[in-house]
Amino acid sequence: MPGTLRRTRSILDFALASLLRRKGRNAALLGVYTLVVFVAASLVFFTQAVKREAHQVLADAPGLVVQRTLAGRQDLVPLAWADWVRGLRGVRSVRPRWWGYYYDGAFGANFTVQASEDAALPAGSARIGAGAARILRVKEGDLITLRGHDNLPLLLTVQGILSSDSELVASDLLLLPREDFQTLFGLPPDQATDLAVDVANPRELPTLAAKIAERYPEARPILHSEILRTYDAIFDWRGGLLVAVLMIAVLCFAIFAWDRAAGLSAEERREIGILKSIGWETSDVLLLKLLEGLAVSLTAFLSGCVLAYGHVFLFSAPLFEGALKGWSVLYPRYRLVPVVDGYQLSLLFLLAVVPYTAATLIPGWRAATVDPDAAMRS
Amino acid sequence: MIEVANVTKTYHAGRPNAYTAVDGVSLAIERGRLTVLKGPSGSGKTTLLSLVGCMARPSSGRIHLRGVKAAGLPAAGGALEITSLPERFLTEIRRATFGFIFQHFNLIKGVSTLENVMLPAYPLGGDPAALRRRAGELLERFGLSRHAREPIDRLSGGELQRVAIARALVNDPAVLIADEPTAHLDSHLSEAFMALMGTFKEGGRTLLIASHDPLVYDSPLVDATHELRDGRLCGKASA
Repeated sequence: MPGTLRRTRSILDFALASLLRRKGRNAALLGVYTLVVFVAASLVFFTQAVKREAHQVLADAPGLVVQRTLAGRQDLVPLAWADWVRGLRGVRSVRPRWWGYYYDGAFGANFTVQASEDAALPAGSARIGAGAARILRVKEGDLITLRGHDNLPLLLTVQGILSSDSELVASDLLLLPREDFQTLFGLPPDQATDLAVDVANPRELPTLAAKIAERYPEARPILHSEILRTYDAIFDWRGGLLVAVLMIAVLCFAIFAWDRAAGLSAEERREIGILKSIGWETSDVLLLKLLEGLAVSLTAFLSGCVLAYGHVFLFSAPLFEGALKGWSVLYPRYRLVPVVDGYQLSLLFLLAVVPYTAATLIPGWRAATVDPDAAMRS
Repeated sequence: MIEVANVTKTYHAGRPNAYTAVDGVSLAIERGRLTVLKGPSGSGKTTLLSLVGCMARPSSGRIHLRGVKAAGLPAAGGALEITSLPERFLTEIRRATFGFIFQHFNLIKGVSTLENVMLPAYPLGGDPAALRRRAGELLERFGLSRHAREPIDRLSGGELQRVAIARALVNDPAVLIADEPTAHLDSHLSEAFMALMGTFKEGGRTLLIASHDPLVYDSPLVDATHELRDGRLCGKASA
């Protein structure tokens, strides 16, 4: 082993022994430090994973959605619009969609209801999201009852539970045959909720949207990229709420850590004097202080990140679900696919490890540059 | 071995609280001899020890060491003038040549006896196993083996001093410097300390002790005594 490595190892041994001498104080510091890193890393992991999930789910979404507005609010789209849009050059397909929301007073839950034109889903049956199945306490083959617009009950057999891969978006979904959907809400047969338009060349989408808006002034064309942007904005905004709360915790920790790291006690200054008087150089003392700072900050960073990984990807972030996932009582229950953004993690490393380590070095350097004969006089 | 030529040390020079602790002192310390600096408190003994031991630089005057080696410096077969050397070289000379026994022992609290003894050798980057063995042997020699793993806080005054002596010897220095070593010891332990110094002297080490304890400066082991008062040498050196 080269001399430099042996020197570092010996000084590291002493740095760890030094930290263990002040067990209570350093354990409290490490606990708070780890907690702050844990919350920050959970937030980073969670926001990234949820955004990725949403992007994956929306990957198959249409390039353009056409809605109709009435007095600025969304209204039903006449099916005649679909025929006109289909005639535009560059349009590959136009698909009318039927969807809406249904509030179940008995369970106090809101469901997203969508019509399916899948022939495998016959009238009188439904496929439902895993969250909806949990709330309604049903499984495949069971009957569910929905109250129609005319106050009549609509009985549906659960044909299947939607896979948990898409639970983030499909958790509260009830998928009904088109005719049952129209019966439930009393929708006119010649109208749909919106139109899903697919094109051969996505670069033509803005032009097509402009043409549709010109032909139908009450139309509201929504591009795929705008949907993704909206999702990102929603999760960023929700993440931002937690960041605001986190900032308070970080500030409290910064004050605590600064007090702990920046001010050397008389005992610590005396020890530095002793080390210098028995032959340690200023650089040896700085290495000791650097290793002490790194031991605390790296332990806190690694423990915080590992705990956050478990919290988000193994336990589905139970501490955040109230703030970050969905609304109402239907929290999606699923495991997020682990996504670790190297850039964000590096940023967290820089913010968590570097300032603390620097804060421990500066007072150590100040104390280490005094003449060693101070120890002779202490 | 050590020549001090007209050395003066003034603290806070140029300020209203300027204070001259050592004033124009010249003396020579012979290799393999026990030299004592005696004088009352505040006479400049500790400051002179720190200047000789490369812990501080004099304000004026020169200190020469003979037979000293330091990495990065040419081998000094003749005299090496140390007062103008940068800190790095002074540290190098200090840890290779001098072992210090401080008045208040200056051990690190909360750390084990063994680790306290090994501390001066850490920056040298030597083999950790060999260092541990050497420190263990020193503790055994001073009857402290059973306290090796204990924090030094649990040791008695006499034991603390023996740990401080073991620490001073861990880098096998040619010169041992002790500042008021018997100030916190009873007569019995003071005599034991001087007996120990006798064995070091027999082993060929150079010893420099600052003390105002007659048990030290009247000891038959002492080869030369220099008396200091108000920072100056007074009287003639006795041998």
